[in-house]
Amino acid sequence: MTVSSASTVTVRVLLFASYAEALGQASLTLAVPAPATVAGVLQVLRRQPGGDRLPERPLTAVNLEQARLDSPVRPGDEVAVLPPLAGG
Amino acid sequence: MSFLRDEPLDLGRLVAAVMAPDRGGVASFLGLVRDHDRGKAVRRLEYSAYGPMAELECGRILGEARERWDAEVALEHRIGTLEVGDAAVAIAAAAPHRDAAFAACRYVIEQVKRRVPIWKREHYADGTVGWVEPQAGRRAGGTAGRAGATADSEPHPVESTGQNDWGV
Repeated sequence: MTVSSASTVTVRVLLFASYAEALGQASLTLAVPAPATVAGVLQVLRRQPGGDRLPERPLTAVNLEQARLDSPVRPGDEVAVLPPLAGG
Repeated sequence: MSFLRDEPLDLGRLVAAVMAPDRGGVASFLGLVRDHDRGKAVRRLEYSAYGPMAELECGRILGEARERWDAEVALEHRIGTLEVGDAAVAIAAAAPHRDAAFAACRYVIEQVKRRVPIWKREHYADGTVGWVEPQAGRRAGGTAGRAGATADSEPHPVESTGQNDWGV
């Protein structure tokens, strides 16, 4: 799962709250086919145990910034997948 | 400055921090853990956050409020386990006049709910737990007139949620 080569991009994925619960882990390292986008990371993430419970379009962030499904992802990026926010 | 706190909030300290001789109005907001949500009795809430991003977003929200209303604003949000009646979020906004103070305070709580990566899990009196996962449409609806800690929150099974994209 963390095998990396010139044709893949290795990123750190963070999961929170109900999503961490669904996948049974709060962080993992994924190798995603290059050139990678957030959508590509989610596609690989969905193949993890429990990953099928993620919604179609979850909130995401790349390196602490709000991201979209088509946002590019580079080697070493931190990709966070965020359940609906419930602050306040 | 850390906006996320793991000890009880002190609104008085925030008010004192924003007061100044040229600011004639101070507005404040305190969001408390309510004892019920959608008909279920709530015993406590567990708050968690994506800390580094939450800190960044809180700082940006305050910067926007300062610029837009010429106000000084302060914000703190609890993480960890809170009992009914505990303060989950505290905001103080001071401006030359009351309109700007109220507007800045309201802006900060609405943006916190919309943009800051914080989550809460409710522990019910019947022993069950549930993640609070507001829907995007409901969040944008602006129910903050009664915005306590769980005022516009609605839990759903994980399978059916998260269809919202960043709305900003």
